[in-house]
Amino acid sequence: MKRFRMNSLLTRRPALFALILLVLALIINFILQPNLFAGDTLNSNMRVFLPIILLAAGQAVVILGGGIDISVGGIVSIVNTILAARVGLEGSTEAMWQYVGISLLVGALAGAINGFFVAYLRLQPIITTYATSFLYAGFALFILPNPGGGIPASIAELYRNTSPLGLPLAFFVIAIVLGLWWYIQSTRYGNYLFAVGGKAQAAYETAVPVTAVQFSTYVISGLMAAFSGIAITMLSGSGNADIGSAMTLNSITAVVIGGTALSGGVGGVAGPVMGAITLGLIQNIVSFAHIDTWWETLVKATIIVFALAMPGIINLFRRRE
Amino acid sequence: MKRFSISPPVAALLLAVILFVLSGLLPNGYGSDLDIARAQALNILRLAVFLGVIAAGQTLVIISGSEGIDLSSGSIVTLTAIATYVIVNGADERVLPALLVSLLIGAFIGFLNGAGITFLKISPFVMTLGMSGVVTGAIIIANHGNVSGKVAPIMTRLIARPLSPEFPIPNALIIWLVFGILMWLLLERTTFGKNLFAIGTNRVTAKLSGVNVTAMNLAAYSLAGALAGFGGFLVVGNTGVVMIQLGQPFLFPSIAAVAVGGTLLSGGKGSYWGTMAGAIVLTLITSLLTTMQMPDSVRRMVLGGTLLILISIYGRQRSLRQ
Repeated sequence: MKRFRMNSLLTRRPALFALILLVLALIINFILQPNLFAGDTLNSNMRVFLPIILLAAGQAVVILGGGIDISVGGIVSIVNTILAARVGLEGSTEAMWQYVGISLLVGALAGAINGFFVAYLRLQPIITTYATSFLYAGFALFILPNPGGGIPASIAELYRNTSPLGLPLAFFVIAIVLGLWWYIQSTRYGNYLFAVGGKAQAAYETAVPVTAVQFSTYVISGLMAAFSGIAITMLSGSGNADIGSAMTLNSITAVVIGGTALSGGVGGVAGPVMGAITLGLIQNIVSFAHIDTWWETLVKATIIVFALAMPGIINLFRRRE
Repeated sequence: MKRFSISPPVAALLLAVILFVLSGLLPNGYGSDLDIARAQALNILRLAVFLGVIAAGQTLVIISGSEGIDLSSGSIVTLTAIATYVIVNGADERVLPALLVSLLIGAFIGFLNGAGITFLKISPFVMTLGMSGVVTGAIIIANHGNVSGKVAPIMTRLIARPLSPEFPIPNALIIWLVFGILMWLLLERTTFGKNLFAIGTNRVTAKLSGVNVTAMNLAAYSLAGALAGFGGFLVVGNTGVVMIQLGQPFLFPSIAAVAVGGTLLSGGKGSYWGTMAGAIVLTLITSLLTTMQMPDSVRRMVLGGTLLILISIYGRQRSLRQ
């Protein structure tokens, strides 16, 4: 009976499980790395995690709406190459902010292309965004064929070491993202989003503008991918057309660990944000546990599989009773 | 619905033929030399075999529905290729054991996928993605300190070489044809195939009509893993060397081949013939772009654009306003 309650709690509050995982990861990480909560370490961790957090937040919106976006890594790469190739190490601050604006437009446009094919032409999301991921990754490579370029050191410094009120910049960005999400959730659009993700046909029959909502989720995801690309460019300070390719799958994993169902309509953005932080912490734990380098990938992947399997295992025990 | 339509496998094959004929007009194409044209066509078909076999398992899990997909096939290919390479170590008599081990490794990983998906209710996308990470980890460990091994002469003879000087048909192509017939028999002439389409269309009605959905799901993923294992065995027979990134490049093309071949990604409808045609189209496009000496960036964009056009033609889902 007690287990049953816990399970129903997990179903009603999908982010709760993400929170448990996050706390667990924080404790283990803290044991291995006692200065985890010191200002410097906190900041250096959070600025590394931020790009994937932003990406996961955008991915979560698409997945909530019943889709998936495989092309986000490509968009990150485009933004990274635009900034690194156009602004340059010697570029001015004005040029940087100008191209940041252009990057956001490009991200929204790339998302709109995805949205057009998925929502208006009704193509299957996985294969469509897979196809556009080639378009975007190819375009990034076209802009910057070889790794290089860069952004002014002052801008990179701004991202790396700004800590208003003694807290990492990333905290404020996350607060803004979550604040926006909580506002969106309470609007009519938020209701539409859950309705479309839950059952598009039923939503359509109750006069929800399904196509427009689906389209908008891809634009949001594209925009968040652009923000993520800007963050990772400021973090690395240089350009590489391949920088986003590994990030797509991480963003999806973060969403799922965060309790947002891939089938759509269940979950939120807070869970995926915690999921993204947990993923980063797992990476930390694996590097600080002094595991043989050769074993790192296996250990990390196994931990992630267990994290993904945990709700299912709990459920399995419940049904046995 | 009485409008003119051709089936996706035929459309894909037709597209492949048209593209191939047009490619003769390229500056460095085969021009009017029929011998070279035939050799080129055979070579493209030979290369399509590997993608085609790896996409076979993908076809099965996609037909099984419920968002079925296998993202671990790429890493299974690499792992079994390494296993084959090490076990065979140049000796003909160890080829069959190596093939068996490859199939078993693949089936085991596939079974784990199926178990996670059926019993723990993890979505196939995430389960197989996580498994891919675990297998990649295993590959890194298996591969560390450089693997030593060698493919056997008989593998090269049977996979990479043509039948005989008089009949320059690649052996791999004959293997693929037999494989295709077996896949057709499996899907269209067995209870397994019938049940697979049944659970792909609607799991509830399938269950109510007496299909053991749990067993079917486990079997589909195990078989998909075993087929990816077979793919790994074939790939190493062709390349003769192993590397850590051997299988991954096949992963998404295998899904694309299934989609291009007209199999519904939502499950319940499709064929292996379609996947074969899809594998040929994708291999053709890739090799044409290579022949045209396009830079990598343009190649990727053209590939993405072509895929987008292909699925726009027949990958559309039912309209909301039925």
